[in-house]
Amino acid sequence: MRSLGPVLVVLAVITVLWYAAAVWLNSAWVYDQAVRAEAEPPSFGQLVPLTINQERPVLPTPHQVVSELVGSTFGMSITSKKSLVYHGWITVSATLLGFVMGTLLGIMLAVGIIHNRAMDLSVMPWAIASQTIPILAIAPMIIVVMNSMGVQGLVPKAIISAFLSFFPVLVGMVKGLRSPDHMQLDLLATYGATKSQTLWKLRLPASMPYLFTSLKVGIAASLVGAIVGELPTGAVKGLGARLLSGSYYGQTVQIWAALFAAALVAAGLVAIVSWVERGTLKRMGMAR
Amino acid sequence: MKDTAAIADPVISARDLQLVFQTRDGPVQALKDVNLTINRGDFVSFIGPSGCGKTTFLRAIAALEAPTGGTLTVNGMTPDEARQKRAYGYVFQAAGLYPWRTIAGNIKLPLEIMGFSKAEQESRVSRVLDLVELTGFGKKFPWQLSGGMQQRASIARALAFDADILLMDEPFGALDEIVRDRLNEEVLKLWARTGKTICFVTHSIPEAVYLSTKIVVMSPRPGRITDVIESPLPRERPLDIRDSREFIEIAHRVREGLRAGHLDE
Repeated sequence: MRSLGPVLVVLAVITVLWYAAAVWLNSAWVYDQAVRAEAEPPSFGQLVPLTINQERPVLPTPHQVVSELVGSTFGMSITSKKSLVYHGWITVSATLLGFVMGTLLGIMLAVGIIHNRAMDLSVMPWAIASQTIPILAIAPMIIVVMNSMGVQGLVPKAIISAFLSFFPVLVGMVKGLRSPDHMQLDLLATYGATKSQTLWKLRLPASMPYLFTSLKVGIAASLVGAIVGELPTGAVKGLGARLLSGSYYGQTVQIWAALFAAALVAAGLVAIVSWVERGTLKRMGMAR
Repeated sequence: MKDTAAIADPVISARDLQLVFQTRDGPVQALKDVNLTINRGDFVSFIGPSGCGKTTFLRAIAALEAPTGGTLTVNGMTPDEARQKRAYGYVFQAAGLYPWRTIAGNIKLPLEIMGFSKAEQESRVSRVLDLVELTGFGKKFPWQLSGGMQQRASIARALAFDADILLMDEPFGALDEIVRDRLNEEVLKLWARTGKTICFVTHSIPEAVYLSTKIVVMSPRPGRITDVIESPLPRERPLDIRDSREFIEIAHRVREGLRAGHLDE
């Protein structure tokens, strides 16, 4: 509760700055209109109401974004093509599928890397290289290739999500699976434990804190992947489609509302992972 | 306590044992010409300064290090074969309990790996918990126990699969003196009740003298044995035996041995 004050102050400052920026950026259009109408340029007092409620502003004001966000979230049936819940769910379902695929891929590669020297030397450079490719460049390729194989809709987007989310999981799990110290490994050696027993009984449980840290990065990356994956499909469904159609028709309010929806979804997903993390690590006696 | 030590029955036997580590700065002779016989039911302490090879020798017995020369047998087998026959339990300096397992779960770890049945696991857990006087703590998690209790749990874990040799590498090194005294007493009781052969690495002269039937004094660079003292103390030892003349004499001889090892340098 004590931190509420500072949080509200920061929020208020951001809001004030945002309104100021909106008035400044949107004023050009107002002056332009005045010149065309051959009227006197408006005074500052007349300018403000003309800039904060424009239909296609350069920068929408906070109340426009919030009312668009609320209106398109709660104000209509969730099956409507204008509902953010409808589009949000399309994106979230691809995000979750891609997140699961990416996490499994990351864990499997990490297990391979710590058990096999050849994989240790060869996989990591490729994994790093894969992340240096701009996702915007590779996303259309994946969509096109998958489409030619007859796969459309959810799966290609999930693959793009997985492409982004496997990497943090891979890096975190390699470190996590290697986290047990020599003494722990020696102890299992004295029992004659096999590699798979060592993996299941020691390495995997010991890697949980690392896994959850990676999952938080991974799920946010998954969402970015799903949104990017929606852009080249012709903008039919999903938050990415809302962003794209908004920019086609100059609907800046719609773009900003979709952006905020994406940010809220990301925050929500990360919060869910954090909540699972707290519960799991507490039960495992590893809470920090 | 029946006197089994009277009949010599060697369980661990080292002949001209050599162990050389290859390091970046060249080879390091960790063990040189080590000759030692440990009989069934012995309590053997290894004492010496850091780098004298006492832990290395223990690890060689446990097949965690491979000797580079000489022979080392455990129960007449190579250390690796002896491990597969579950000949020994190893207790490290840190308890090393898994935080995500209960005390009972930690003790089950070796039993699960070795494939004991569920019922057998349960009965063994309650038996060894009783042996280290932790009955009723099976459902607790490691962080709920003191350092001394954690180390007792790790001893229980090493006892669970009925190894007849217990290898202990400075098991009480990280504990305070009072806890250490009590655990020393308990280890002696445990030894009397189970008749196991115990190899015990320590830095402490009183600990070595109090516990052992045989004290092996080692010195560093290269790691070697400088003295082997057969203790004349009786097998049953109350704590106040440490004020007896015999005890002080043995402690003196150990100290002399350690000093001699240092003068060689």
